[in-house]
Parts: sequence; C-alpha cells; structure tokens
Amino acid sequence: MNWQALELTLRLSCLTAAILIVLALPVAYWVAYSRRRWKFLVQALASLPLVMPPTVLGFYVLVAFGSSSPLGRLWQHWTGHTLAFTFAGLVVGSVFYSFPFAVQPLVNSFLAIDPKLIDASRVLGASRLATFFRVILPLSASGVATAIALTFAHTFGEFGVVLMVGGDIPGVTRTISIDVFDQVQAGNYAAANVTSLVLLAVSFLILAAIYAWNRRAWPRAPWA
Amino acid sequence: MESRTQRHRIVRAIAALALGIALAVPATARASGQITIAAAADLDGALHALIGRFEGQTGAEVRLVLGSSGNLTVQIEHGAPFDLFFSADVAHAAKLERENLIVPGSLVRYAVGRLVVYVPKDSSLDFGKRGLAALADPSVRRIAIANPRFAPYGQAAVAALRHANLYESLEPRLVLGEDVSQTTQFVVSGNAQAALTALSLMFAPATRSRGRYWVVPQSDYPPIEQAAVIVGRSREKSLAHKFLEFIGTKEGRAIFQRYGFATPEKRQ
Repeated sequence: MNWQALELTLRLSCLTAAILIVLALPVAYWVAYSRRRWKFLVQALASLPLVMPPTVLGFYVLVAFGSSSPLGRLWQHWTGHTLAFTFAGLVVGSVFYSFPFAVQPLVNSFLAIDPKLIDASRVLGASRLATFFRVILPLSASGVATAIALTFAHTFGEFGVVLMVGGDIPGVTRTISIDVFDQVQAGNYAAANVTSLVLLAVSFLILAAIYAWNRRAWPRAPWA
Repeated sequence: MESRTQRHRIVRAIAALALGIALAVPATARASGQITIAAAADLDGALHALIGRFEGQTGAEVRLVLGSSGNLTVQIEHGAPFDLFFSADVAHAAKLERENLIVPGSLVRYAVGRLVVYVPKDSSLDFGKRGLAALADPSVRRIAIANPRFAPYGQAAVAALRHANLYESLEPRLVLGEDVSQTTQFVVSGNAQAALTALSLMFAPATRSRGRYWVVPQSDYPPIEQAAVIVGRSREKSLAHKFLEFIGTKEGRAIFQRYGFATPEKRQ
C-alpha cells in the first residue's frame, strides 16, 4: 500500500475543496440572484468542466503554462519552473476540474431559500453582506456541505488531468489513482487490489461522514 | 393519399438503403479482411508507414492502437480484441507466450530500438562533447523518461543514467511519461528541458521542428530488442501472419531502418 500517495491525494483533495468553497460562494451567489441578461453565459462557463474531457483541461494546463506561452513564462519567472509536474499544477487543474461541483449545490440551496426571509432581512436594515452571512449562508449549510463533499470526492478520484500534467513524481504528483494505474500496467494486480480497496474504503467513509453531518444540518434550519 | 404513397416510397427507399448497407459492409470486410494491431508507442511512425504499404498491397484494413507495452499486455490478458501485438521489448511478448495467450511459435524479434536524448531546439546543451553528463546542467530542471515500472524505454533510460553515474543526482529532476510519446511530448510542449526517449519518434514533423536529439551510445544500456506476437484469440490469424511476414521482407526492414530501428541479430 502506497501511503505516501494516499496522503498526497488527501492533501490535494482538502486543499482543492477549501479553495473551491471560497471561490464558489460569490460565483454561486451571483448566479443565483443576478438578473443580468448574459447570466446564461456565466452559467455555461461555470458548468463547462462537467462536459469537457479531463484531457482537454490537461492539454491546456500543459500548453498554457508551458515555457512556450507568455503565461507560462510569467509563471516560470515567478516560481522558477513550469506548472506541470508540480503539486501546485495539480491544485490548479483540480480547481478548474471540480468547479461545477462546488457551484451547483450552492446555487441550488441559495435558490431554495424563501425570498421573504431575505427581503425581511433587508427591510430590517441589514446590508447585503450581513444578509448573506446571517441569513443565506446559515440556511445553506447543507448546500455548503454537499459542495465540499462533492469537490473533495471528485478530486480524490481525479485521474485524467493528473495523468496528463503530473509526470508521476512520488510524493509530489503520484496520486492514488495514478499509483493504481501504474500497478495495473506493471501487472501487480495484488498491489493494485490493496490500494483500490483502501481507496474505496476511505472514499466511502469520508462521504458517509459528510452526509451524516449533512443530515444533522437539515433540522437546524429555522423553518423546520 | 398522395402523401401516403410518398411516405411508402421513402420507407421503401430507406429499407433498400439499409439492406444495401447490411449486405455491403460485411461483404467488403470479409473480402479483404481487417486486423487490429496493438503496438508500443515508439512504433507510431514506422507502423503507420508499414500499414500504408501493406494495405495498398493486400487491400486489407489495419487498425492501429498505440500505448505502453505494459498497458497493452494487461489489455490482451483481459481479452482485448487485438490480432497482433508489437511490444517495445521481448519480456512482455514472452510473458504472453508463457501465459499461452499467443499463437505458438509466432513470437518474432523484429527490431532493436535506440535511445536518444531529445532537447528543445534552443537548448545549449552539448551532448556531443559531454555525453549524458550534459544533463547535469542546472538549466535542465525536468528530465522526462518513460515510466520504468512498465515502459522498456524507461528501463533503458534508467540503465543509461546509471551507467553514466548520473541516476542518483538526477533522480529528483525526473518526471515520468506513460509511454515514449508522452515523454517526448513533455519536451515538445515546453514543460521538460530534456527527454530520454525513442529514436524512432524523432522523425515525426512535430518532434523534428521543435527540437534536436542525440543518440545515446548503444554500449550504455542493454539493447532494446523488440518482439511481436500473434494474439491467440485473433480471428484473422492468417492475415496477421501475412503482416508479420511483410515486416520481415526487404521493404519492411527498410521502413524500420528509416525510423532508426536496427535489425535484430539472427538467433534461435
């Protein structure tokens, strides 16, 4: 069992979920409540990674951040290396790849809130920001939990993007899914089996824990 | 009424078309045969050229699936519908032979691959003067090799680096490609500053225009002998056999040579 790969994958998933929840909250708020005519364009853009093959995303990370592109040269100037083959590269790829999984549950739970509660908060003099943090967000606890669970799980099982941009470096970019892939290619079915089982168990436990917490979150909603 | 007869006519036309296709498709497929070849990624250019000639001469249709030798072996073990398998080594082909998954006696050594160092065109590394030691230059932050856990060229790359006493010092800079194609691509896309990869891939226009290469001396690593087998489950064994015969002809050997492969020594 490759514990290093498991630890790396957990770190990648936690970091991606943390970054995404911060990024997705304002986007989801805007998508849920904006009345702009071109909102559909933002919605389409935010959902794009659902449809796009991971290989396309991997290809863009390789090319856009490679040393032959201006963006890549800028990145190289700052950090001293290209984004590919680094942990940061995997984080960037994962954030794009799991973006819709963070935004969609948040939008759904924002839209499920009784608009009268939001209006009441505004009429009573609370600012938009205060309304968001004191009314909308507490009422969306289950949406937040779902967004975290889904982005975590989606990143945990990510494969295509990592295969394309990771370079399979132990402790840096060799995630658990890549490790299983390597073991199968090398014909080590026994090792692949053990890793897969651990992966399965860990994924299930994490998801079960989050959904259990999520279940407790529902009755806390004030209208229940 | 008129629309009804019209509809009838359309239905009849569609039926006739469908019948025509149904009769035509298996007929053409059966007449000349169709095989699927699974091949190691280093054979990309050479096999495309060989297949073009073979199809022209026989009228058969040949499909090509490229991957790492390890992955293709696993796929064949699990019943992938391939007729021929071209490995980048002898070991994977021999493994299938031991598992009784090939046509007995079909294993042939068809070529010997060569390892090269591939660098971007603007690279200032002088391999002619310093050999592999030029890779130790600090400007080389990433060196791509094929994954030595299952890719023969990756194993050759590790052997060559060890032979030059560079493996320990360069290991932190290694990134692993799934096969030689991905390994080469890491340099083409500008993400690695050097790659240890297959000479046979250096003749593709995209590779040629973006970089230059240096052939690693054959004495630095065990020869990359490559073997092919006819898959036991193949339904087109005679056509597969014909293809193997074709690559052994003068014309076939000339194509392999053009892609930088050496002819294996005869032995039993």
